[in-house]
Amino acid sequence: MQKRKLTTGIAVAVAAIAFSVTAYADSHVKKLPDTLILVSNCFNCHGTNGVSVGIIDELDSMSAKRLAKKMREFRSGAKAGTIMTRIAKGYSDAEIDVIANYIEKVND
Amino acid sequence: MIRNTRRNFLKTAGALGAVSALPLSACQGAPRVVVIGGGFGGATAAKYVKMFDPGIDVTLIEVNKTYATCPLSNTVYGGFHTVEEIIHGFKPMAGHGVKVVHDLVTRITPGKGAAGEGGKVMTKGGKTFEYDRLIVSPGIDFKSFPGYGPAEHGLVPHAWKAGPQTTLLRKQLLALEDGQNVIICPPPNPFRCPPGPYERTSMVAWYLKNHKPKSKVIVLDAKEKFSKMGLFKEGWAQHYTNIEWVAASKDGTVQRVDAKTRTAFTEFGEHKAGVLNFIPPQTAAKLGHDAGLTDKSGWCPIHLATFESKIHKGIHVLGDAAIASGMPKSGNAANTQAKVCAAAVARAVRGQTSGAPKTTNTCYSYITPEHAMSVTAVYELPAGAKKYTKVKGSGGLSPMDAGREFRKLEAKNAWGWYINIAEDIWG
Repeated sequence: MQKRKLTTGIAVAVAAIAFSVTAYADSHVKKLPDTLILVSNCFNCHGTNGVSVGIIDELDSMSAKRLAKKMREFRSGAKAGTIMTRIAKGYSDAEIDVIANYIEKVND
Repeated sequence: MIRNTRRNFLKTAGALGAVSALPLSACQGAPRVVVIGGGFGGATAAKYVKMFDPGIDVTLIEVNKTYATCPLSNTVYGGFHTVEEIIHGFKPMAGHGVKVVHDLVTRITPGKGAAGEGGKVMTKGGKTFEYDRLIVSPGIDFKSFPGYGPAEHGLVPHAWKAGPQTTLLRKQLLALEDGQNVIICPPPNPFRCPPGPYERTSMVAWYLKNHKPKSKVIVLDAKEKFSKMGLFKEGWAQHYTNIEWVAASKDGTVQRVDAKTRTAFTEFGEHKAGVLNFIPPQTAAKLGHDAGLTDKSGWCPIHLATFESKIHKGIHVLGDAAIASGMPKSGNAANTQAKVCAAAVARAVRGQTSGAPKTTNTCYSYITPEHAMSVTAVYELPAGAKKYTKVKGSGGLSPMDAGREFRKLEAKNAWGWYINIAEDIWG
């Protein structure tokens, strides 16, 4: 019972994120892509919902705070990497936060 | 350890479905989306339409029971992966709620509705599928070329569609006598997987170096330069003395092929090979032409934000067949395009518009089993832009002079990328 409540809470939270982002599209401001378009850009390397089956880092085990921090460090060059240093530069602070919050919640 | 992602997939689907599910589907039946093609573009699109909105009825039509990927197929020639490792089935699709039909599409009748709804897809098996939106990801076919048509594919493999052609080229390499040469002929632009011919060159060179040391690989190129050229040349200089690359200006352009004698003819030369791998000039797959989705370039023009055809409303085209200006023709590009397209389609059938597109492309190439490098890009579509544009300062190539450990890590990541994208598409 406890578990079910938790899951519903997460679903609502994720839906709220999706809504807040798509609201831009609906008003034709289009500042950010749909949440799922944005986060699914990560899934081609890190696996659907950040669940990796191989050597590449799992995202789903990271907290939103840690994931966002890592992305910002890759972007600034504070953290070394083979490819994430190049990819992280493609994302704004707002986008990084949307991605990190989504991934933290989706696999709990 | 391989983890089950099904539970998480369904949870995502449910969560996002709550945003867009409308009572409309209850009284008028669920919107119907048909997807043709089970490759990187089509299979991703089918799965992600369901992920965006589980209330949509999704049917995936693919002629084959399995799909062999071009990405990683070159490692089969290098001898460190098998064909079996790059073949994927469609059984998991049912778990995502996607209906899979194995049949050959023979005809598409575009819809006459205001948004292109009400179209039909007919198959060789005699079935008809009506749709509200159609997604077509048909891939490529080959242009006719002097001396090289379908009848010659069994003698001189192109191996630019993976599967039996991959196996054939591998067998020919195994049967090659030490001292005979392999000739690879890359096509002119545009073509599927721009770095592919040069990764193949590397993998063949690796095999020859280890098993046929008197043989070499000669590349007769229709171009002056190629994708990741600096990194390939650096890697070739480090590992190989058995590669000879001939640019177009050095009489590299092949004008005619004689498949029986495995000979490639250039303007001034006659090049007889032990194994000839001719990669023909390319065009959108036949289905794209038959359905009237191509323009005079031979590729399918689309609206970049939604991948909807500029020719037929209600039909979306993605992957190698589409003119996704700014993005390369690659499996990873098709995968991220499919997500943008899936979002657009899932919203459109509910009368909504989707958010701004954002896509990526990540492409690894092997030079040896322990030396790989990459190119990556993050794309956006600014208002009014005529092509997908790289986000300023992002993406780019692996650095030159990166050192052995860096290259080794990228070789490991290349396989890590592959098994995750395969899971994202067919898993």
